[in-house]
Amino acid sequence: MTFRIVVLAKQVPDTRNVGKDAMKADGTVNRAALPAIFNPEDLNALEMALRMKDSIPGAEVVVVSMGPGRAAEIIREAMYRGADRGFLVTDRKFAGSDTLATSYALSLAVKKLEPFHVLIAGRQAIDGDTAQVGPQTAEKLGLPQITYAEELVSIDTQKVIIRRRLERGVETVKAPLPVCITVHGSAPSCRPRNAKLVMKYKHARTTTELQEETRDYTELRHERPWLQITEWSVEDLQAETDKLGLAGSPTKVKKIDNVVLQHKESKVLTAADNDIDWLMKKLISSHIIG
Amino acid sequence: MNNVFVYCEITEEGHVAEVSLELLSKGRKLAGELGVKLEAVAIGSGIEKVSQEVFPFGVDVLHLADDPRLSPYRTLPHASIIIGLFKEEQPEIVLFGATSIGRDLAPRVASALRCGLTADCTALEIGDHTEPKTGKTYKNLLYQIRPAFGGNIIATIINPDTRPQMATVREGVMKKEIHSANHKGKVKNLDVSKYVKESDFVVEIIERHIEPQKLNIKNAQIIVAGGYGVGTPENFKLLYELADVIGAQVGASRAAVDAGLAEHERQIGQTGVTVRPKLYIACGISGAVQHRAGMDQSAQIISINKDPNAPINQIADYVIIGDVAEVLPKMIKYYKQNSK
Ligand SMILES: Cc1cc2nc3c(=O)[nH]c(=O)nc-3n(C[C@H](O)[C@H](O)[C@H](O)COP(=O)(O)OP(=O)(O)OC[C@H]3O[C@@H](n4cnc5c(N)ncnc54)[C@H](O)[C@@H]3O)c2cc1C
Ligand SMILES: Nc1ncnc2c1ncn2[C@@H]1O[C@H](COP(=O)(O)O)[C@@H](O)[C@H]1O
Repeated sequence: MTFRIVVLAKQVPDTRNVGKDAMKADGTVNRAALPAIFNPEDLNALEMALRMKDSIPGAEVVVVSMGPGRAAEIIREAMYRGADRGFLVTDRKFAGSDTLATSYALSLAVKKLEPFHVLIAGRQAIDGDTAQVGPQTAEKLGLPQITYAEELVSIDTQKVIIRRRLERGVETVKAPLPVCITVHGSAPSCRPRNAKLVMKYKHARTTTELQEETRDYTELRHERPWLQITEWSVEDLQAETDKLGLAGSPTKVKKIDNVVLQHKESKVLTAADNDIDWLMKKLISSHIIG
Repeated sequence: MNNVFVYCEITEEGHVAEVSLELLSKGRKLAGELGVKLEAVAIGSGIEKVSQEVFPFGVDVLHLADDPRLSPYRTLPHASIIIGLFKEEQPEIVLFGATSIGRDLAPRVASALRCGLTADCTALEIGDHTEPKTGKTYKNLLYQIRPAFGGNIIATIINPDTRPQMATVREGVMKKEIHSANHKGKVKNLDVSKYVKESDFVVEIIERHIEPQKLNIKNAQIIVAGGYGVGTPENFKLLYELADVIGAQVGASRAAVDAGLAEHERQIGQTGVTVRPKLYIACGISGAVQHRAGMDQSAQIISINKDPNAPINQIADYVIIGDVAEVLPKMIKYYKQNSK
């Protein structure tokens, strides 16, 4: 039985480069208007998965991502760094899912990959900073969870030992497999792309992507089955539609406010001695300092 | 309507965590507004005494799960107790601290109860809602307000149809307020074996290093905070010097922390601590919304910045347009000569 490590990776809008049209009228994110990147902590998760693969001969790393078609980009990126296969959970009906609906869909996808030994996610995604999907997916699959993993101490086919980062220290825990691990940004960063793997996987495509190519890849695909990124729809997962998308999400966005500064009447001073002295004197005499 | 619950986290020292006391204060207000009771849940080992800590915050019922196996915290046994208890009690609202424990536990509970959970709320209010499509109205929902999308927007999240309505909140966001020193509630001891099963203990803790509470800038009365604009470690020393003479703590923006100018514990903002000192001196900080989220409740704000148009200036009471390397020594000098 192959030792299987499943990595959950998300393509996220780069929240450091947010423009005006980033939000749609219904309060959901307009992903099309933003540069998309590999969620940073998911790269830490991928690295931990690759280290597990390095220490268990014959192990495979499988990446699962849920998102629109272009999320296949991060699956390829993961392959360039050492992942063996990828699955894209994609369907219009998933749109608008909150963390509960997302973890439901992901748990069905991961179930299709059973038997697996380790499920690894990033701690949190930078678009929402919720850190909920990992533990919620674990709960749905009935797996124990180890959150905020910082270091893989050891792993064999039965158990894993992980050091985890807490607010005020570190804790080393041992868990039997299968287990769900979420990885903290303080864990080792991901290895770079490997030139050979880039050559091997650069033509990896989902079926949808292939339809847009002009060249006919049927034969190549036949010879090199690893180039297939499998897409899973709601139907493929046999998901109950009332647990998906906006309908399956208990949290609703009531209102979005763009952040506007409330202008305060402020007193403007210069760096000149008398200005600084005036301010300090005022602070001292009003007992704010001193 | 059912009651408001707060998960009371127990610290390494066996006390109720600050953030939980803050949430009890908020929970008390929400319960008052809704006309329901405030209930608390504490899980740990040897924790009978926590009742004395929580009752002054207006707790009506304290659910205690006390068992040697329940400390230190582990996800599965704590989750099983909470999930079992909430299935019986059907809370209206549940609040957790957004700590490494709260954020490990709450999603697991929300998944099992199939309810909504909003992480890192910065405000919680009670309000009504009318569904635009169906016209259906909902009374007295919990508005869970949080910055989203890297802090570029503020979202109000609601859970119209599912219960409980759950939220996590960071330490320092809500204000800790004693309700009444003599308030006495009821203690309900939970039968732990009814909720946890042997398999909940599969994850074994083999080693722990918990450092004593380090640096805590949250309760400082005065904060001198440095940003990326401070530029160099030498200039950052000026902040320590000023803080030292006026009795302040030093804080930092994330850019300053990322640049290695300050330790992570000093970071103020959405992903750092939230502070509300009586004086906040922002040195070379532009005032990105993620930073302001952690300091805009300060009673007085001074901004020292070369750029007259830095966003932080708009929320400052005093703006000194100038270079921190020039302004800080002058402040230090004046104070040394004129205090006492
Ligand atoms: C999800 C997310 C969470 C975040 N969380 C936080 C958080 O918790 N806390 C936080 O702080 N940030 C946070 N950030 C980052 C935030 O967006 C800003 O990048 C950061 O606050 C900027 O820090 P700064 O003001 O020090 O640096 P800058 O924006 O680079 O500003 C430097 C300022 O210094 C001034 N200056 C330069 N030289 C001098 C000088 N010699 N004298 C005086 N003034 C000078 C400049 O005019 C400028 O205004 C977060 C970002 C994201 C996406
Ligand atoms: N759409 C998704 N596809 C794959 N993994 C996801 C998705 N959403 C969340 N995750 C995983 O769950 C982690 C936590 O996400 P979040 O709860 O959104 O902060 C991420 O770091 C990912 O590993």
